Amino acid sequence: MTATLAGTAAEPEVGRARLRKEDARLVTGRTRWTENITVPGMLHLAILRSPHAHARISRVDTSAALREPNVIAAFSGADVAETQGTMACAWPVTEDIVLPIYRPLAVDEVRHVGEPVAVVVARDRASATDALEAIEVDYEPLPVVLGLESALADGAPLVHADAGTNKCYTWVLDSGEAGTGKAVGEAAAAAELTIHRRYVQQRLVPASMEPRSVLVDPTGDEWTIYSATQIPHILRFLLAATTGTPEHKIRVIAPDVGGGFGGKLAVTPEEWIAFAAANRVGKPVKYTESRSESMVSAHHGRDMIQDITLYARRDGTVTGLSVKLLANMGAYLGIVTPGVPILGAFMYNAIYKFPAYRFECTGVFTTTTKTDAYRGAGRPEATYAIERIMDELAAELDLDPLEVRRRNWIRHDEFPFTTVAGLEYDSGNYEAATEKAMQLFGYDTLRAEQAKRRVAGDPVQLGIGVSTYTEMCGLAPSRILGALRYGAGGWESASVRLLPTGKVEVVTGTSPHGQGHVTSWSQIVADQLGVAFDDVEVLHGDTRTSHKGLDTYGSRSLAVGGIALVLACQKVREKARTIAAHLLECAPDDLEFADGAFRVRGTPTSAKTIGECALAVFAAHDLPDGVEPQLDAEATFDPQTFSFPHGTHLCAVDVDTETGAATIRKYVCVDDVGTVVNPLIVEGQVHGGVAQGIAQALYEEAVFDEDGNLVTGSLADYTVPSSADLPEIVSDRTETPATSNPLGVKGVGEAGTIASTPAVVNAIVDALRPSGVTDVPMPCTPERVWRALQTARSGQEVAA
Amino acid sequence: MIPAAFDYLRPTTVEDAVAALAEAGEEAKVLAGGHSLLPVLRLRLAAPTLLVDLGGLPQLRGVRTDGDTLVLGAMTTHAEVAGAPVVVDAAPLLAQAAATIGDRQVRHRGTLGGSLAHADPAGDLPTAAVALDAELVLAGPAGRRTVPAREFFVDYFTTTLRPDELLVEVRVPALPGWGSHYLKVNRTAQAWATVAVAAVVERENGTITQARVALTNMGPTPVRAVAVERALAGVPVDAIEAAAAHAVEGTSPASDTTASADYRRHLAQVLARRALTAAAGS
Amino acid sequence: MTRISVTVDGTRYEDDVPSRTLLVHHLREQLGKVGTVVGCDTSNCGACTVLMTDPDGVPRGVKSCTVLAVQADGREVTTIEGLGGDHPVQRAFHERHALQCGYCTPGMVMAAVDLLREQPDPSDAQVREGLEGNLCRCTGYQNIVRAVQQAAAELRGNEAAVTQPVGVSGP
Repeated sequence: MTATLAGTAAEPEVGRARLRKEDARLVTGRTRWTENITVPGMLHLAILRSPHAHARISRVDTSAALREPNVIAAFSGADVAETQGTMACAWPVTEDIVLPIYRPLAVDEVRHVGEPVAVVVARDRASATDALEAIEVDYEPLPVVLGLESALADGAPLVHADAGTNKCYTWVLDSGEAGTGKAVGEAAAAAELTIHRRYVQQRLVPASMEPRSVLVDPTGDEWTIYSATQIPHILRFLLAATTGTPEHKIRVIAPDVGGGFGGKLAVTPEEWIAFAAANRVGKPVKYTESRSESMVSAHHGRDMIQDITLYARRDGTVTGLSVKLLANMGAYLGIVTPGVPILGAFMYNAIYKFPAYRFECTGVFTTTTKTDAYRGAGRPEATYAIERIMDELAAELDLDPLEVRRRNWIRHDEFPFTTVAGLEYDSGNYEAATEKAMQLFGYDTLRAEQAKRRVAGDPVQLGIGVSTYTEMCGLAPSRILGALRYGAGGWESASVRLLPTGKVEVVTGTSPHGQGHVTSWSQIVADQLGVAFDDVEVLHGDTRTSHKGLDTYGSRSLAVGGIALVLACQKVREKARTIAAHLLECAPDDLEFADGAFRVRGTPTSAKTIGECALAVFAAHDLPDGVEPQLDAEATFDPQTFSFPHGTHLCAVDVDTETGAATIRKYVCVDDVGTVVNPLIVEGQVHGGVAQGIAQALYEEAVFDEDGNLVTGSLADYTVPSSADLPEIVSDRTETPATSNPLGVKGVGEAGTIASTPAVVNAIVDALRPSGVTDVPMPCTPERVWRALQTARSGQEVAA
Repeated sequence: MIPAAFDYLRPTTVEDAVAALAEAGEEAKVLAGGHSLLPVLRLRLAAPTLLVDLGGLPQLRGVRTDGDTLVLGAMTTHAEVAGAPVVVDAAPLLAQAAATIGDRQVRHRGTLGGSLAHADPAGDLPTAAVALDAELVLAGPAGRRTVPAREFFVDYFTTTLRPDELLVEVRVPALPGWGSHYLKVNRTAQAWATVAVAAVVERENGTITQARVALTNMGPTPVRAVAVERALAGVPVDAIEAAAAHAVEGTSPASDTTASADYRRHLAQVLARRALTAAAGS
Repeated sequence: MTRISVTVDGTRYEDDVPSRTLLVHHLREQLGKVGTVVGCDTSNCGACTVLMTDPDGVPRGVKSCTVLAVQADGREVTTIEGLGGDHPVQRAFHERHALQCGYCTPGMVMAAVDLLREQPDPSDAQVREGLEGNLCRCTGYQNIVRAVQQAAAELRGNEAAVTQPVGVSGP
């Protein structure tokens, strides 16, 4: 039956701009968001949240709420104090870290505005919301703790009184002590130039468009939990571990999930509360947060103060870097809260090869919403700091910012390169990406225009910003995670099932929420097994079908999960080879596999497709002795190292010196994410990532007032940019395959966000540098730009 | 979130609407376009017991001219104000200001009367109405009265409307031959104005004969920049820069998360200069 | 309760609704039109955008979270489910990779349909301004602009205008 060997030497699927399989239901509204799911007998949950940033709860009375119409249950934290455990932090980064008790429902104290205090379960959402108003709570306000430095001062009021301190931990990486480089003290002593800067990473809100939602359906002695989560597997594990519920009785389904960006890399109090409520009433219970609830209760990101000191020689060679970080944990620790800045620790040295480095991070508790992962998690902050201060070095030496970078970056011929932070970068070509970006950007032409406009005193000045970044992704090698005291591994799982008709079912442990895994994974399998793209189905996001996995975050899915998939396909192929050899009556070693078929070497007409092998196995009439009648395979891949995408982003900004308004005129990025499986999806990830990075640079900031209220508590105040606020992005690529995995892939989910923020701010500062401006704090609102100009001008006048 | 429960009336005559308001007193709210009211109700920042929906009053919709006066029904949407040829022709400033409000969807539902009666100091149409010396027609139990826009706005979200009165009509005197410009700075495209300036200018042979300037979000109500207007009477166009420096006089801008009062004062001067220059050139 | 009659995606529905019920909740919870979603509570995100006829019978893009169901009485509403699945805007969103997670997509598609009704040949800047009431957190909007332009060209009957290949973009 060799006729099925349709089309010979098919074009590889990997690398093709395949349109997404996911889209059909998404563009027609036939989507299964958690909030769309209704099960028989379902009730609705509403949550009463603290209006105080810090207060003792002296009394909660839910009895009046119980008398409201349609109300089935109402309870407070005290009512479940006996049974509720503590929310888990999976990353206690040091031995002496303070791990505060974190109750899903507050019992005797609230520590941020929006903390859940009591709940109502009712027949419908309106009744549940109405009945919240009947709950009486007496609060005794306690002092709020807001500033990071004041929180650490002697005598500061405490977020967690029993801890005796607001310090959560201090974590140090010192290249001298670790043996990965010299001591920074030596660099400081020998420095011809020392530049110190303080940068503030403002607090951001991940703000995926789909709010969080959870539906808990208890049936018999089992629980089905639908949740808008990035991490169904971790949710199941942690729910079992923290509530004592048998893991095998919990089924978690992440149906269609509307974005995450780290914001749904969380096991939330709301999930636990819905679980508790469903158990209490013995009925399915659904909770969907409103956006304004989400803003105060879903975790935030960034919020760090960075004190950076760069040591250099006057020829522009960087000799050392010291980083002192204060990181705001918020009131409690989410699953990776303390680890976020630690991920950045390995990235402050970026693409540069200076010999001495010291990083010290202190985590600080405040009476604010907790922080945790947000797109890039630690790495955008690090990249921002180093790329900003490299521009300061260039300015100090009157060098082009790209020239300073060239004098310090790892040359293409120096890979693999072990950095001062101790990571081995397998590959990279910073020269090629930069050259290509400069061409696309018209770098020299824009510099010439800038010079002209400076001379002319144009009220609208042109600034050019540079960001040459790398990042570590593909989280993560389990042994490294272990060494960093992370509570789990970083492997990923995949399994491949050959159906009798030659179709393929793939089960992945990754959990996409917009990344298009169904499409990309189909492309990979199509190449690996020589089957049609359309003949592959990808299953995910349900712990009953995908029993094993570590989910999607940290640009890990392709670089770890994709490799697991390749390994599973290889196992399938080897099994099929045995079958094919038996059917063709030859030795397995006589067969070569190409285009989906095993052919006898030298006798190409004698062939069996992998589909034919699947059918033969299904029938099982004629199998070799001792061979199981199945071609299925499972593989788990644990990477030995991270992957290191890199690239060069260039940004031109028009700055209106009268209003302070900064408008991006041109944005060019050339990214090297290794082998590209689907260029369409890669480009989309870059666009979205860049947009979020620009949003940090120009638009977004979560602001608390002096009482600890989030004043940017809705999308009216927290200004997520729209299409009219963002520029056209010119994106291109270089392709330097990673040598650390068989596909050569690196990951792309976070690259744009990591790279773009410093490119934009560098451009703004560059526009204003002749006026004496050396920094504009983020977000660079028109007012802040104007203020920076005013301050610099008055400084210049004083100096003159 | 879901609003607290309320009663709902959709009267079909202005008299019925006024009667309903008179009966309900302070507990009632008028529902026009709903784009300021419904978010407030959803967040449960307000809980009126009765909404009187003006959606059943087609007589309050539409635009016509009455001699030299442009007459706009209070229920005319922002999109209609922005797009109606008669408005673009007779009061381009009003059309331009309406086109900057919110986004397309908001402009499809939000109404001129709703915006004026809501009296948000960051609103665009109140400023345009003040700059154009519009007159607002209010209907109450005792009949109708007319209030100049300058006297209508009293304080933050407060007007001279009584609880039993409805804003039914806006009358804008045409300014043939005048140039105008509305210039707004906001944090993001759909955000409220940080500051905006409405400028209308009459010119003759390169000289400004008279000008009217009003400012958005420079105080609890729209502010007429009287000092700027005085400085522009009978001066050449190149006097605009010096005149615009007076834009801060008589203002009392707030400091909030969007901007400080200082920055608003600075911005008012820059935008006044630019808006006046555009108006004088148009 | 108020008796209302609303035609949604071609079917006339008569229901008694509480006056406080938002149109989007009526669509989702009473009529099963869960294609339309809610993303915020301040009328900013536009995820709930549908077309609703104005008093003159002209369909206009509105945010169904900021319209009471009672206000839709007598009107015709078109949701994403009423576009048929092969509308040029829907197809263009797929072909131009104008969606990732897809949560904003129903509202974005309806806003684009509304925009193109009024501006059949918009510039890129006009598309960006026209969609300013719809937030997307995934795409950076770039492919959305491309998709709307592709759909615009198709709706104008000018497929030749669709020239830019998908994938890597040029300068």
